[in-house]
Amino acid sequence: MAADDKPTILAVTKLNKWYGSQHVLRDVSLDIAAHERVAVFGPSGSGKSTLLRCLNGLEPHQSGRILVDGTELTGSAAALGVVRREIGMVFQSFNLFPHMTAVENCSLAPIWVRKTPPAEAADLALRYLTRVGLAAHAHKYPGQLSGGEQQRVAIARALCMAPKIMLFDEPTSALDPEMIQEVLDIIVDLADSGMTMICVTHEMSFARRISDRLVFMDRGEIVEQGTPDQVFDSPRTERLRTFLRAGR
Amino acid sequence: MPIDTPRGKNFRRKVFLTWVALFALLAGACYGLHLDFGTVVQKLPFLLGLRLAPDGFIQGAALTLFVTVCSMFFALLVALITALGRLSNNPFAFAVATFYASLFRGTPLVVQVLIIYLALPQIGIILGGLTSGLIALSLNYGAYLAETIRSGVMAVPQGQREAALALALPRWVIAWKVIAPQALRLIIPPAGALFVSMLKDSALVSLMGLWELNFLAQSYARASYQYMEMLIAAALIYWALSIVFELVQVRLERRFGKGVASAWARN
Repeated sequence: MAADDKPTILAVTKLNKWYGSQHVLRDVSLDIAAHERVAVFGPSGSGKSTLLRCLNGLEPHQSGRILVDGTELTGSAAALGVVRREIGMVFQSFNLFPHMTAVENCSLAPIWVRKTPPAEAADLALRYLTRVGLAAHAHKYPGQLSGGEQQRVAIARALCMAPKIMLFDEPTSALDPEMIQEVLDIIVDLADSGMTMICVTHEMSFARRISDRLVFMDRGEIVEQGTPDQVFDSPRTERLRTFLRAGR
Repeated sequence: MPIDTPRGKNFRRKVFLTWVALFALLAGACYGLHLDFGTVVQKLPFLLGLRLAPDGFIQGAALTLFVTVCSMFFALLVALITALGRLSNNPFAFAVATFYASLFRGTPLVVQVLIIYLALPQIGIILGGLTSGLIALSLNYGAYLAETIRSGVMAVPQGQREAALALALPRWVIAWKVIAPQALRLIIPPAGALFVSMLKDSALVSLMGLWELNFLAQSYARASYQYMEMLIAAALIYWALSIVFELVQVRLERRFGKGVASAWARN
């Protein structure tokens, strides 16, 4: 349902995934336009994180197609390499490398994947750390940073690879309440800059604020999607109505 | 908890003083036995290995250290390969690795030493004492070390691998730059304990007529009837060598505790 005037950058067609006998994604189809911002929400176990993890091949899918900027994700190492270079990902639990400073975390992939000279990569890292407001903490280890700061480093680390698409997997779920806002501010800033992004989140007001489109998933299916106003103000399905009511 | 956790100067000073007191107590007890260390002092250059054996080979503590360090190297090599096999999805590699580890962990080291040195010649394979000792120690400790390495690698959270994969990092960079440094932090303490243990098990090569520390101490003791003196001297030399190993371990722990130690410092 990508906007007609913009090219599709990510196309998911009839995606199916099983964990053993458990059918976790059922015929999921989703087109994302360049610069589009999509928030995915739904009850836990609805398959939203699994969908996100399929998009950069962290999870293999059993049927259906995923096309990222013209490259089909087949599971071949070459396709995975191309796709992962274009997609940045931010995890719920940050997953920073604990034995590296913030700058080292950020410059590792530019050095080894993009073959950027180390000094240049450090400059690049510093530039993005400054953008997320952490220039002063650049040489600290993750263990010396708060949760909110760690997640901001994780965002900077992904941005250093200059991805075309950013995936956020419940980026604020592991944070203390007072740290959520600083992370959301960074993501809003990123959204405003025109980054294509898909965000799995429980923060409904945030989802409404940043996204062009909301996607509601339940039991491995996309149940309903539309603009934030449509989804929140006039939900069409009983399942979404029930979910929104419970959330209030 | 690693030893290098900063606990303040006061803590370290008290630890040091207690060590000194305990050591003095031990020395006092030995002194109370009215031992005569004259022969020990006379034989010390041989015990330490400062003189070569009559056949021109190294002896005493030098030989003990040589056997241990060589076995450490080969054990590490064997353990790395075995750990890879244990972590592999290839059933053949997995089976070979588990079979080897089970066999060498399930039989006594002394039996392995004797099979390699005394039994193999029966089927035409004749190995020297030193070679047999190195092979037995390396294979035995390699089996234990492989499990230590495997558990260290497996203890690195899955999220670390996923974050590295999502960054499109090549497999060897993930292994070398992301997983290995974190696994090493967990592997070093138990591996250090294994190597200290190996230092002492190297005494088993005396069974094959090698003049290492334990062998020399026993033969000098037998000749002079000063068992207590000679064996205490040997024990102290083993202990001193172990302490050197432990110091190396502490340094390595500090090196690979980067980031983690700083998190503790903050709390």
